[in-house]
Amino acid sequence: MSMLNLHAVKAIYRFEMARTGRTLLQSVVSPVVSTSLYFVVFGAAIGSRISEVGGVTYGAFIVPGLIMLSLLTQSISNASFAIYFPKFVGTIYELLSAPVSFIEIVMAYVGAAATKSIMIGLIILATAHLFVPLEIQHPVFMLLFLVLTAVTFALLGFIIGIWATNFEKLQLVPLLVVTPLTFLGGSFYSIDMLPPVWQTISHFNPVLYLVSGFRWSFFGQADVSVALSLGMTLVFLAACLAVVWWIFKTGWRIRN
Amino acid sequence: MQPAISVAKLSKTYETGFEALKDIDLEIRHGEIFALLGPNGAGKTTLINIICGIVKPGEGRVLADGHDIVSDYRAARSLIGLVPQELTTDAFETVWATVSFSRGLFGKPKNPAYIEKILKDLSLWEKKDSKIMTLSGGMKRRVMIAKALSHEPRILFLDEPSAGVDVELRRDMWEVVRRLRDSGVTIILTTHYIEEAEEMADRVGVINRGQLVLVEEKSVLMRKLGRKELTLQLQQPVDRVPESLSSFSLQLSEDGGELTYVYDTQGERTGITRLFKALEEEGIRFRDLVTTQSSLEEIFVNLVSRRQ
Repeated sequence: MSMLNLHAVKAIYRFEMARTGRTLLQSVVSPVVSTSLYFVVFGAAIGSRISEVGGVTYGAFIVPGLIMLSLLTQSISNASFAIYFPKFVGTIYELLSAPVSFIEIVMAYVGAAATKSIMIGLIILATAHLFVPLEIQHPVFMLLFLVLTAVTFALLGFIIGIWATNFEKLQLVPLLVVTPLTFLGGSFYSIDMLPPVWQTISHFNPVLYLVSGFRWSFFGQADVSVALSLGMTLVFLAACLAVVWWIFKTGWRIRN
Repeated sequence: MQPAISVAKLSKTYETGFEALKDIDLEIRHGEIFALLGPNGAGKTTLINIICGIVKPGEGRVLADGHDIVSDYRAARSLIGLVPQELTTDAFETVWATVSFSRGLFGKPKNPAYIEKILKDLSLWEKKDSKIMTLSGGMKRRVMIAKALSHEPRILFLDEPSAGVDVELRRDMWEVVRRLRDSGVTIILTTHYIEEAEEMADRVGVINRGQLVLVEEKSVLMRKLGRKELTLQLQQPVDRVPESLSSFSLQLSEDGGELTYVYDTQGERTGITRLFKALEEEGIRFRDLVTTQSSLEEIFVNLVSRRQ
């Protein structure tokens, strides 16, 4: 066996991706349908009353926010379920008794969760293209933000999956923390449209930096500088990695 | 040659304060079948789970074929296969997929021919494309064994392998275990079925309240601690045991046709010669005799109750 147990990484990754295949309707079709509904409501119904935001049509303006919304929720739910389910049914014994390091486990589970959410993000992008004309000014940065955000939130999902002791807890953070932060992070508006007090408060919302950076990669305009967005994303990524490292070092909620 | 498993001064106390293992020392030889017996909560599963990496060890050291299970966990774990007590399977996976997954997880490249062989050996080949949730309990147990064998382990832990398995399947499984042992795999099994240990084990360890009470060759253990019964079938029934034979504590059957004498094989003298002489003096003649040895179960119950 080499320094890295690549066979194990591949086995877990394939296993997780196969699960997506089995639950295709839930994994892929459902986010696409719900995103299309967002376009109908926000893009067509409400958007028709808002002419442009910073020179971009409102329908196009909300596309990065919508992709981010799905990316965040999907990354979290995919990763948290992937690690929580073996804990719940007891099959985690096999993972714990296998010659795999925490890096390999994280690479496989987070990699698979991020892959799935990126796929969904790209499908949403393609779906959005059917509703509004889109031009991506910085495609490399767009992909960079997409990957970094997916990986970061898959890591967060992984942490939630290990922390959760029941299905209710599994849903708690995504529903009560992540979704509100995403809605309040400028997914559907520019923070310039808010009163000054709320603009200041919005700067404490980490999702703002993700949405802003991602939107910049599309339209070349953002609520905060792209460097700050990238920096905040990397800080969040590092924080999640640190927590995962600590979990495996201490065996918290995994090994007795 | 390093032992297959070497456990030295191993202790484990859970966060709740429960002391599951106390100062365990144990060596398991290559190629043997070692049965670990003990009542519920004795520490059997904790010991197995520590060796396999599922539970963090407290104090002490465990080596698998010379590899430390903590500092050299990759080498140690790749040698070990585990069939846990609970039937924990991926219900929605097919038999083939879950067994192949296990092989990959333990760092082995794909080998469809080997997976096919395992499935055929375990009579699972016909079910290879079936989802696990459609299988019976016994079949699921076989899948668990197939998963544990998928990476060609040299040491196999079977934690209560026969729990919930019917007699026929149990016998099949014993056959599989024997074949594995013949191929050089070291087998460690915990069981409630003493019959299982008696049937298969080369050596027996008894654990009780976190302490290893004894480790002994099964045959030696049975010889050492086993009591034998000598039953004499009399030519003529008797009404009672004569006074002159009272020192032998004989038991007379209800119909007066059989006398049973219990003796200790460990004792210097069994007293059989004296008994035969005394019977002759009393004019009691017998037409046949049978000796039976106490089972491992009786020995186990004796050991555990003696220490409680």
